[in-house]
Amino acid sequence: MQIQSMHFQARATEKLADIRLQRNLRRLADKFVTARAQAMTEIDFEATREAAVERRNRAIGRLDLWLEQFEANANKAGATVLFAESAAQASEMVVAIAKQHEVKTVTKSKSMVSEEMALNTALAQAGIEPIETDLGEYILQINDNEAPSHIIAPVIHKDKEEISDLFSKVHQRPKLSDIPELTREAREQLRPKFLGADMGVTGGNFVIAETGSVALVTNEGNEGMVTIMPRVHVVVTGIEKVLPTLEDFATVARLLTRSATGQSISNYISLLTGTRAKGEPDGPDHLYFVLVDGGRSSLLGSEFQDMLRCIRCGACMNHCPVYQKIGGHAYGWVYPGPMGSVLTPAYQGLENSLDLPQAATLCGECHVVCPVKIPLPDLLRKLRERQYERHLRPWAERVSFSLWAYVAVRPPLYRLAASMASLFLRISGGRRHRVGGLPLANGWTAYRDLPTPRGATFSARYPGWATARSFAKSATSRGPR
Amino acid sequence: MSVEITPAVPQNPRVALYVTCLVDLMRPEIGFAAIKLLEHSGCEVVVPEGQTCCGQPAYNAGDRPAAHRLAERVLEQLEGYDYVVVPSGSCGGMIKTHYLELFSDDPSLRTRMNELAPKVYELTDFLSTVMKLEDIPGRAEGCVTYHDSCSGLRELGVQAQPRALLAKIPGLSVAEMRDSRGCCGFGGTFSLKYGNVSAAIADEKISNIQATGAQAVVLGDLGCMLHIEGRLRRIGDDKTQVLHVAEVLAGELGATRP
Repeated sequence: MQIQSMHFQARATEKLADIRLQRNLRRLADKFVTARAQAMTEIDFEATREAAVERRNRAIGRLDLWLEQFEANANKAGATVLFAESAAQASEMVVAIAKQHEVKTVTKSKSMVSEEMALNTALAQAGIEPIETDLGEYILQINDNEAPSHIIAPVIHKDKEEISDLFSKVHQRPKLSDIPELTREAREQLRPKFLGADMGVTGGNFVIAETGSVALVTNEGNEGMVTIMPRVHVVVTGIEKVLPTLEDFATVARLLTRSATGQSISNYISLLTGTRAKGEPDGPDHLYFVLVDGGRSSLLGSEFQDMLRCIRCGACMNHCPVYQKIGGHAYGWVYPGPMGSVLTPAYQGLENSLDLPQAATLCGECHVVCPVKIPLPDLLRKLRERQYERHLRPWAERVSFSLWAYVAVRPPLYRLAASMASLFLRISGGRRHRVGGLPLANGWTAYRDLPTPRGATFSARYPGWATARSFAKSATSRGPR
Repeated sequence: MSVEITPAVPQNPRVALYVTCLVDLMRPEIGFAAIKLLEHSGCEVVVPEGQTCCGQPAYNAGDRPAAHRLAERVLEQLEGYDYVVVPSGSCGGMIKTHYLELFSDDPSLRTRMNELAPKVYELTDFLSTVMKLEDIPGRAEGCVTYHDSCSGLRELGVQAQPRALLAKIPGLSVAEMRDSRGCCGFGGTFSLKYGNVSAAIADEKISNIQATGAQAVVLGDLGCMLHIEGRLRRIGDDKTQVLHVAEVLAGELGATRP
């Protein structure tokens, strides 16, 4: 996917003005935040996330080892494991697999890694028809290949009305208003595609080293149709998604669905191992794993390694005050919200995503809800440090900070500056004790008034105040006992 | 048999008040209210000289060298007291939690900071947890709502303490707003760089505040106060007061009485 993060400010402004989007985004808080909080009461969240952190760290700590073990076990079960250095290379691999098996149509279930790879574009260019079968992704695909705005709820930015208009236009059918009817219509469209597809592509929530399996966590039955019906099944996922054992998966899964949608368990959890063996009723004849690096290995051993624990639940964006206001598209690449603001600079270059580390209030809620305890605010701050070091911030900001720091380490000078500022603000504020506009403070006053002080600075008043009081105290204590 | 060992609180602890740069400049009354409350609870209050800023703006902007220079000075100013009290969760969080990270490359500063950190408290946390303040000097009537500022809540665990203290004021009721733990959108320099997003987040908070029908929103961080008050006034709400919890507890409301 082509990065658009450089347009963050313009896009965010656009999104804030979109009344319909604003209304749709409210569902995040109502739906996901409340549901997650409720679901977490069923388990000991802190203890479970500690265990998940440990298990994810164990996986990431020896990624090479577990990936080798995974490859060996997947091979034993009849699968082929390919490693792609870049997302683009991964796309080429999938196209090559499709060509090798003379594939004409591909059904896909939801995969964010395939968005990184821009897989649909690559397949289409090779004359192969990709069909998204996740309802949300299907909606986006028929809407001129729109990008998902959320990693687990790709059409959270759209409401029923918009989808109903879109269906009626694209399917050329009368407009429906009932959600089950809309789903039925999508199913009618997709059924023949499922039956006719030669190859199925899925993501992989995890791959399990000890068994060579892929674990798929979904809420729609489409994934079963994608993995069982076609001759060829291709799993695309990131190299960091390996878990050593099935037990690791059991621990992580308890947190994944609860964090994502507030479900104790998702509608479907599939563990798929190998090709169809003799006598087995279903399964693909050919199974491939395309494991994508795409920048991941560069985080190993770096101060951003914690990010590789991510299990892609979306809780950080659901709880992010900024995401809640602007939605996912403003972030400009595959992954939005706090996790995306760390991943995008890491995978697509800090210089291409200068706003992302800055566009956070550092409120810390993402860290609080993260099921694998990724210190997202700290990582965003570290990215800001890299920006500062690499001179990737505006010179005016740099100069202001230098000037401010120069004064702040010289208390007498600082007191003088503060007193002057106080006086200036008090005069500007007048009797209403606030100003609506100030030179050099437009960033503040464009959106809010500035309440002004009602008296001289604390440091100017304190010495006199303290002397007067100690005098008063000694006067009273001098009295007869 | 288990023996619980908690460090004894000295009879009249010597407390260093870290005023914070925003209180110093924008609302000095909060500093005096904090002194009053601390003394009322039995502390001897010292305001160490030479205070400027804790360095948080630089730290969050990625200017680590500047943050480091300021942090070193603050550490030096605040050593040697029984406790350090800060009328701000965000500056308190900076000193108590982030200085350790900032000093990670300097073992001697880190050792000193490890010594200091456990003594650093946010004001209401200190009054409630350490001093077990029961009689509140402030008098106020009516209904207020409490907003949990992010750093105080998530870095220092300040949530029950201010509410417990406010509840001790006879005649004052605290109405809980929807999502009181949600960020107000201030975020330091975020409020300047992304003013429109920041304001949109504030509007959400403001509608939650207004829905309670409270006369005032009470909180413990001046940055958030200026942001919320500024936005309230800008959108035409001249009624809802924005008060620091220290002002309410000390009864030093002056012109801003609810």
